[in-house]
Amino acid sequence: MIRWVTGWILSAPATTLVLVFLLLPVGATVLATLTTAEGFFASYGEFLQSGFRRTVLWRTLEIALLTTGFSLIVGFFTAYVVSRASPRWRSILIIAAVFPLLTGVVVRSFAFLILLGRNGIVNRFMVWLGVDGAPYSMLFTEGAVIVAMVYLFVPLMILTLVGVLENIPDDVIEAAASLGATPAQVFRQVIFPLAVPGLIVGAVLVFTGSFTAYATPQLVGGERVMVMGTFLHQQAMVAFDWDSAATIAAIMVAVTLAVVLVMTRMARRLNPLAS
Amino acid sequence: MIRRLSPPLIGFAVLVYIFLMGPLIIVIGASLSDTTFLTFPPQGLSLRWFDRIFEMAAFRRTMVTSFQVAMLATCFALLVGIPAAYALNRYRIQLPGWLSTLFVLPVLVPEIVLGFSLLRSVQVGAGLPVFSALLIGHTLLVLPYCVRVISASLSSFDFSIEEAAISLGAPPWQAFFVVVLPNIRSGVIAAFILAFITSINDVSVALFLTGPGISTLPIQILAHVEQFFDPVVASVSVLLMVLTVAVMAIVERTLGLTFLTR
Repeated sequence: MIRWVTGWILSAPATTLVLVFLLLPVGATVLATLTTAEGFFASYGEFLQSGFRRTVLWRTLEIALLTTGFSLIVGFFTAYVVSRASPRWRSILIIAAVFPLLTGVVVRSFAFLILLGRNGIVNRFMVWLGVDGAPYSMLFTEGAVIVAMVYLFVPLMILTLVGVLENIPDDVIEAAASLGATPAQVFRQVIFPLAVPGLIVGAVLVFTGSFTAYATPQLVGGERVMVMGTFLHQQAMVAFDWDSAATIAAIMVAVTLAVVLVMTRMARRLNPLAS
Repeated sequence: MIRRLSPPLIGFAVLVYIFLMGPLIIVIGASLSDTTFLTFPPQGLSLRWFDRIFEMAAFRRTMVTSFQVAMLATCFALLVGIPAAYALNRYRIQLPGWLSTLFVLPVLVPEIVLGFSLLRSVQVGAGLPVFSALLIGHTLLVLPYCVRVISASLSSFDFSIEEAAISLGAPPWQAFFVVVLPNIRSGVIAAFILAFITSINDVSVALFLTGPGISTLPIQILAHVEQFFDPVVASVSVLLMVLTVAVMAIVERTLGLTFLTR
């Protein structure tokens, strides 16, 4: 009895903090969108009827999906190399992935302004090479946002996957090889299936992160590549249309929760090591 | 042991790491340029843009605010997070499973939604001052890191040592401070450091919780970049990278950086 109470008392301050300042305010934002003067879900109908808003939503989904896909591919192969490198190289490579991760989003997105600008290093290199049509205006395009976001999330993907890939016992790989599997077969039939739960966790992190991103699309995409995050800010702080902003926020919460719930369930089912 | 990696795979990883490091090296280069515009490679070497940061009141002021908020939010989060992590590990059987989920909730809710919701309910709705709202937002933002890191270091702590201290006559609070806390010291330091850097780097929560005279460094950087294209921001970025290196050194000493791959 005493122990039961003590546990609750000790966790009470943190619980209260989350309930009062996270669940209540976010719940209020979401509830506000459900019951407007026009009736239930009216704000969502309104949102989806507007061509511009639909475009923003689809564009954000597209950017998030492409970012997730590229980060998965790049992160998986890199993490595989890191996980099989010698211990010395492994720690160097992990440090090299942690450093960008701990450097802020603003700094890393800002780097792409220098990189992709009209006078940026990429354009000057292309002019020097004599590429037709260079310099290009690469900033403020969807492609620039995707490249910058892949850059942003690859370290996270590498670190998530290194842990998973390291846990694949060498014995399993050796067994497959000694039974006659080619390296490509080992990769496809042994390593990849064992890495699927990790890939799902990484995909969830990257998708939710890029779907709700603000700083990178704002700096690299600007107003021309409006996404849900920048749109939410614009509606709330420039247009002062809080109902519209709340609807965007609620859609973000719904998409994030749906992706997390569906994917974690899938990860559990696809885990070949779980019995 | 099979550690053979095919050369194309290694080549691919090398390219990825060049992609990861390149932009940051370019920022460092650009910060040293003597020109009034951003350029790489730098034209003429100079440290004047570093001096310029401290000459600009907006950067000085927001740096102080960012530091204050990060420090206070981290301390608050540890203050409520350590007892919570302790309870989650010590009374695991007695407490419901959803409680530990509750503490990772701030990670699941998009940061930008948290920022906007706090603006609606706490700053405008409840009329709290901007600085308090910002502090609350950042405390929530870093709470999951504190609970998670400290839980991880408590999970390898043998609670029978604490029970031994209590059975030998130590009051529970003394047993905690003298026996438990020193054992999870490295976890607390790592949690502090990770929470601090998360708060310093935050954009999405602070975006809505700034007001007249109160803004954080990342928000000021965003505002500056939209108007000027001079190397000041590159210099600020380099300062932030120096901070990151310091943070990594501390995490490496306390938990080991491999902690982050788990």
